[in-house]
Amino acid sequence: MKIKAQIGMVMNLDKCIGCHTCSVTCKNTWTNRSGAEYMYFNNVETKPGIGYPKQWEDQDKYKGGWTLKKGKLELKSGSKTNRLAGLFYNPNQPSIDDYYEPWNYDYETLTNSPQKKHQPVARPKSSLTGDFMNIEWGPNWEDDLAGGHITGLEDPNVQKMEESIKTEFDDVFMMYLPRICEHCINPACVSSCPSGAMYKREEDGIVLVDQNACRSWRYCVSSCPYKKVYFNWQTNKAEKCTLCFPRLEAGLPTICSETCVGRIRYLGVMLYDADKVEEAASVENEKDLYHSQLDVFLDPNDPEVAKLAKEQGIPAEWIEAAQQSPIYKMIIDWKIALPLHPEYRTLPMVWYIPPLSPIMNLFEGKGSRQTAEDIFPAIDQMRIPIDYLAQLLTAGDTDHIRSTLKKMSVMRQYMRAVQTNKSIDPELISSVGLTEQQIEDMYRLLAIAKYDDRFVIPSSHREEVSDLYAEQGSCGLSFSGGPGSCF
Amino acid sequence: MKKKKRSPLFRRLNYFSPIEHHSNKHSQTTREDRDWENVYRNRWQYDKVVRSTHGVNCTGSCSWNIYVKNGIVTWEGQNLNYPSTGPDMPDFEPRGCPRGASFSWYIYSPLRVKYPYVRGVLINLWREALQTHQNPLEAWKSIVENPEKAKSYKQARGKGGFVRAEWPEVLKLISASLLYTVMKYGPDRNVGFSPIPAMSMISHASGSRFMSLIGGPMLSFYDWYADLPPASPQIWGDQTDVPESSDWYNSGYIITWGSNVPLTRTPDAHFLAEARYKGAKVISISPDFAESSKFADDWLSIRQGTDGALAMAMGHVILQEFYVNQETERFIEYAKQYTDFPFLVTLSKENGVYTAGRFLHAKDIGRKTKHDQWKPAVWDEQTSSFAIPQGTMGSRWDGQQKWNLHMIDEETGEPIEPRLSVLGIEDEIGTVRIPYFSNDGNKVLERDLPIKKMNLNGEETYITTVFDLILANYGVNRGIGERSAVSYDDPEPFTPAWQEQMTGIKKEAVVKIAREFAQNAIDTDGRSMIIVGAGINHWFNSDTIYRAVLNLVLLVGAQGVNGGGWAHYVGQEKLRPAEGWQTIATAKDWEGVPKLQNGTSFFYFATDQWRYEDQPISDLASPIAASSRYKHHADYNVLAARLGWLPSYPTFNQNGIDLYKEAEKAGAATPEDVGAYVASQLQEKKLKFAIEDPDNEVNFPRNLFVWRANLISSSGKGHEYFLKHLLGTTNGLMNDDSDSIRPEEIKWREQAPEGKLDLLINLDFRMAGTALYSDIVLPAATWYEKHDLSSTDMHPFIHPFAPAISAPWESKSDWDIFKALSKAVSDLAEEVDMEPVKEVVATPLLHDTMQELAQPFGKINDWSKGECEAIPGKTMPNIQVVERDYKHIFHKMTALGPNVALKPSGTKGMSWSIADEYESLKQRLGEITSDSVAKGCPNISEAKQAAEAILTLSSTSNGKVAVKAWESLENITNLKLKDLAEEREEECFTFEQITAQPKTVITSPAFTGSEKGGRRYSPFTTNVEKLIPWRTLTGRQSYYVDHELMMEFGETMATFKPILQHRPFLSKRPDQEGKEIVLNYLTPHNKWSVHSMYFDSLPMLTLFRGGPTVWMNKDDAEDTDIKDNDWIECFNRNGVVVARAVLSHRIPKGMAFMHHAQDRHINVPGTKLTNNRGGTHNSPTRIHVKPTQMIGGYAQLSYGFNYYGPTGNQRDLNVVIRKLKEVDWLED
Repeated sequence: MKIKAQIGMVMNLDKCIGCHTCSVTCKNTWTNRSGAEYMYFNNVETKPGIGYPKQWEDQDKYKGGWTLKKGKLELKSGSKTNRLAGLFYNPNQPSIDDYYEPWNYDYETLTNSPQKKHQPVARPKSSLTGDFMNIEWGPNWEDDLAGGHITGLEDPNVQKMEESIKTEFDDVFMMYLPRICEHCINPACVSSCPSGAMYKREEDGIVLVDQNACRSWRYCVSSCPYKKVYFNWQTNKAEKCTLCFPRLEAGLPTICSETCVGRIRYLGVMLYDADKVEEAASVENEKDLYHSQLDVFLDPNDPEVAKLAKEQGIPAEWIEAAQQSPIYKMIIDWKIALPLHPEYRTLPMVWYIPPLSPIMNLFEGKGSRQTAEDIFPAIDQMRIPIDYLAQLLTAGDTDHIRSTLKKMSVMRQYMRAVQTNKSIDPELISSVGLTEQQIEDMYRLLAIAKYDDRFVIPSSHREEVSDLYAEQGSCGLSFSGGPGSCF
Repeated sequence: MKKKKRSPLFRRLNYFSPIEHHSNKHSQTTREDRDWENVYRNRWQYDKVVRSTHGVNCTGSCSWNIYVKNGIVTWEGQNLNYPSTGPDMPDFEPRGCPRGASFSWYIYSPLRVKYPYVRGVLINLWREALQTHQNPLEAWKSIVENPEKAKSYKQARGKGGFVRAEWPEVLKLISASLLYTVMKYGPDRNVGFSPIPAMSMISHASGSRFMSLIGGPMLSFYDWYADLPPASPQIWGDQTDVPESSDWYNSGYIITWGSNVPLTRTPDAHFLAEARYKGAKVISISPDFAESSKFADDWLSIRQGTDGALAMAMGHVILQEFYVNQETERFIEYAKQYTDFPFLVTLSKENGVYTAGRFLHAKDIGRKTKHDQWKPAVWDEQTSSFAIPQGTMGSRWDGQQKWNLHMIDEETGEPIEPRLSVLGIEDEIGTVRIPYFSNDGNKVLERDLPIKKMNLNGEETYITTVFDLILANYGVNRGIGERSAVSYDDPEPFTPAWQEQMTGIKKEAVVKIAREFAQNAIDTDGRSMIIVGAGINHWFNSDTIYRAVLNLVLLVGAQGVNGGGWAHYVGQEKLRPAEGWQTIATAKDWEGVPKLQNGTSFFYFATDQWRYEDQPISDLASPIAASSRYKHHADYNVLAARLGWLPSYPTFNQNGIDLYKEAEKAGAATPEDVGAYVASQLQEKKLKFAIEDPDNEVNFPRNLFVWRANLISSSGKGHEYFLKHLLGTTNGLMNDDSDSIRPEEIKWREQAPEGKLDLLINLDFRMAGTALYSDIVLPAATWYEKHDLSSTDMHPFIHPFAPAISAPWESKSDWDIFKALSKAVSDLAEEVDMEPVKEVVATPLLHDTMQELAQPFGKINDWSKGECEAIPGKTMPNIQVVERDYKHIFHKMTALGPNVALKPSGTKGMSWSIADEYESLKQRLGEITSDSVAKGCPNISEAKQAAEAILTLSSTSNGKVAVKAWESLENITNLKLKDLAEEREEECFTFEQITAQPKTVITSPAFTGSEKGGRRYSPFTTNVEKLIPWRTLTGRQSYYVDHELMMEFGETMATFKPILQHRPFLSKRPDQEGKEIVLNYLTPHNKWSVHSMYFDSLPMLTLFRGGPTVWMNKDDAEDTDIKDNDWIECFNRNGVVVARAVLSHRIPKGMAFMHHAQDRHINVPGTKLTNNRGGTHNSPTRIHVKPTQMIGGYAQLSYGFNYYGPTGNQRDLNVVIRKLKEVDWLED
């Protein structure tokens, strides 16, 4: 057993308000510069929709992630030999139009215009060519189902559904999907890089592109099934979400997490067995991938695991953090958080709690509500089709979506009973496989969600890797021949 | 640690040789050099972090960290250290939204206004004039009194041609225009507009203080924005008081009604999401599938504008089931104690049927008591006779300390058991007439009503209770006659079946949700809440919609309960340190008579929208009333000005300074003499109100300052009317006034003026719509470059703005700009040796003063029609005299004047002394030492000093003042109240403290809820728990409003009124071109901007579609051959806007959403319809003023700034939409 520690994230989509604060604060900090204009390490999509870049979930088109070939795990983009043979030809990469052509405006004209017959106006200009342009696509073009009656049907998840959806007013539904790099346990991008420029950090599992080593092959861009590695057209290097490692190292949450005003994001440590990765990613049935990934995780409260982890060099503080990990509770204890597209076989580490939604037809439905106490909608009458959520989060397994939503619903019923001094049917609680205490814990973590409960992040142990006594005085200095910089 | 760099070739080889791996290479450990990671670590490093916020009208008031690196503001992130809400609630952290998060873009962007700008043609005229005129006032006169010259620069407005100018030159130009106007037309022709002080109260106060010192009116905004809910003053006598957002978490049932919480209340939305986990059910009432619908359990897709019908039907169900079929004890007790349900109303009888009239008062029953016309009566069960409860409007002002809600007779001191209904003691079940409004024709409903007959003062008097009237009004079946609804399926107003025809919502849904809402209030002790928003508030009849909705929270006893009641979040902002701010903002410390003009009336006349009324208001009158008093909306506004209901600046057709001289010449010695003189001149028609002749050049507003606002492109409803009449420049107005209705009370001039303003002056940091159309643009500091204060009603904290960098280029903070301007004005006054002047100032009958007792019984007596005498402060505006010395403006601007110590401070009718606080400020801020009128006064020349003064002088931020405030209320009410603040008596906030951490305000009678002991703020909880009366006629929450004008328009009680029937064109319309569709044109708030702010920023434009858009239903678009992202024209006779179509199945058919405040300077092409650029979202809009919102001098219906007045509603209209044939950028 090889124990590794990984920082992971859970996003509660049920709370997401689709505001994009995460996108903006991330962009301001990390990609607000020439060459990176079009990059959103964090973006938010309205679903159903084709997203950013267009149809990123269509792996027939982009060939991202892994596939099973005769029971063996292989990159979907082909074998290593194939990729090396095609180093200079990469047909599966999204074009700039799949993201969008970044633009700016000639704002100066508003102030500098000479007196004219008509009011001056600032017009959009391409950031790539500098020419006036017509804006035809953007990083969030489908916001709140804008044009969704057409692109919603082109959503790869919809196309995979057994029964498609209708994009009519009466059937309307939507949800938001914020996305960052998944910092996968089995990252396709790392495996595909011909330069070895990509790596998964030993201490926290963060996946990075070494800016000195990147040689612009862009295999990472196509191999990543989430399309979360970008190519900087100024530096000619790949760049991606760093999980804000400079902040995490200091014990601070990522920018996107801390600034999330929906308070949907949780960060914590997970321990996993690195020796089980291949096996977990190689299970035959896609629907089993969620469960096989669960099996990779280790119980940090198991004394044996903790002991072994210590022996294998994981700092005590990290083991403690793993024991208090909010995401462990949601992923393992309560099983309400699910991986995004487990069928890509990358063992992603940003997980999602699926959203509740309003009842479909208030009075034409199947009449689930017989009693006055049961005032909440029944799961199967909700507007977002269970099958749609299953395509996103469980490789099509609707049972588990149903049980997750049911837990949320039972939590609400339980808390309503507490608030109104009514009794609750104990069977209802046991039917979702939870105890009253667990429901209360779940309520507190999801609703009250204090900062320190959302983010349990151990700071890094630099003393393990560096001579800090020597660096203390020279930290930050980087002049020629100088001592080099630290962080 | 540092290793030798390896060659790239070697690195390549790594691909073939990982160091250590597991799981068949699916997990590997590398030992490479990772120093490159410092690239990102270095990016994250910064030099300092400063706490500031965004002064934008979103009511967010979020505290932010501004990161400075290498002297540059690089990014911002939310500051998280708000005081905690406690262990069992979610905290406020983090507060913010994508808009605020992107603000730093503006600081260095090419949109920034970096220097003062003046339009070239104007500055050239000015420079030339100065060559030929010694006196700058003469120089200015030579330009503005010369029609050709004036026209040359006015016509150039908005069309480029700015040149950079120097600060001194620009300030002198402005000063010359201001002083010229003061002397020629009067100080009230210089006008200031700046909204929402709470969002940056020092910046607001800077200009407001300056305007007050020079005698210029400040315009209100809350009513003009149509954000003010007039129903709130009508029901509660309060402008708006609402729960902080964390109180949603205390709720058990939340209806979001026309309020899109995730979009408009982004930083607060999590409380709604989280309340669901605590067991709250959430209902979304919205025509479209909105962001808020995502969080609902049930979504009611209602036909836009018919919300009143749904609310009436829900009220019907609740009254039927919880009051009549079964008497719910909790509801009944609440109704008796806290509402006007038990109060008695008189009825008139004609042809055997009854009509409800006014309240029965002490005077009617022969009680000898002070203010007997202001003390309404109830029927006491105990004594089987009338009783006058304590706490009525009469008690408020009679000095007897009986203004409280104890159910005790104010004379006998005996407890009262009020009857809710006269049913059981009635003399007759009579027929009462109820007005009913419908697009198919208004009609009179006849309903059964229990009636008691009494002989009072020798006359047969018919009376009933408000409760009885309400049951009749809602058509509830009490089993007392035939004239009520038989069942919910009966299409009789106002049943669930009836509403289904209007709203499209199934009647079963209405019954179910009404029941759940009421039952939840029973189960949770009133924690049923309705979050109301702009979706139901921007209509012409928003107040009737609101009253129907708000009745629901009153009916279930949810108001004044944490987690319950209304929660109105539309443009409201709670300026927490109210009294200190008012003192500085109105220059009360020096002069004391601010001119506070209601914005809607001002703009209605200034932009000549009044000239284009084509639907007689009589169409909207009650079918019970014989007819309406006037046909024209504007005539009511003249009436309101004449009777002292509303302010009216410019006031007279004469300069107030000249008027004073005249009065003095005629022998007036005291202000009372002057008042009598003015009254007689008015009665003799020798003097007129300016509003009677708004198109006369002597009555034009002349100089208009706009700061912290984008009037032209954001709030200027009737945008094209603004361009044409106020500014006199190229416009897209397609309307003409040849066929419009002619008013009775206003002089009609055949030629409508164009270009009324001499100067439009804008302070801003971005070159947006108002700046583009201004004559002078002054570079303002941004929110990261100045000291200021912020507060809101969404949370209970006060926190600061602070400069992260110094204001770059030549920009200055608003405080410093107005300070510099006050210096320039004083210097010019010295230069031309301007004598001190005295000015006649008229002010309206004010709410929260004795003047709210001016006009008893809600009866209209018009002195101009000989119905009464013109008596200042009683039947007409109050008349005062103010002395001004323009040479002293600067000294007064920068020092806190002695009136602070000499005169009482206070708010809402309470007053106390702050002399001690004034003394302490002298020490803390330093005294003015220069030899001037301000010598020895506390120094407030810096914004930060002004902020300290505000914190010290206000009851929410100074515990000692809070205790004094409560003591003053104890004196009026004879209640024990000061315990609410005593535990924090020693606290006095300082700027340093709130910079370290936002501070929770101290509980003060300036507001109606309590923060004591960390409690979450909920309005009217002190009324309910401490028995403080509401500031209404009955002292209770009002279901019934008995003013004569309310009867004229059938609004004494909640009712349903359909939206106005608007046709895009009357007779003349542009030729049809291809396929067209007519849609209801709605302008809800925008996700990617806060009003027009952020709409022009690259980060926000990138996150949606890069320019103006209009959302439409996909099928409506298909019928019109419009595809997603096509350019379209939306137009009607008011104007045209060009935008891109956004098609979606999320939007229902029949409506178009053009999100609010999409400005005209970004990505807007031209249109052949007008041969002009395609306008703003307000190009197709205009306003209609509603007479009932002008009532004044009558209890809670008395004027207060931003408290009462007609709203600038803009929603009841339609547009033609079609594909734009050809995109022309009009670059010429």
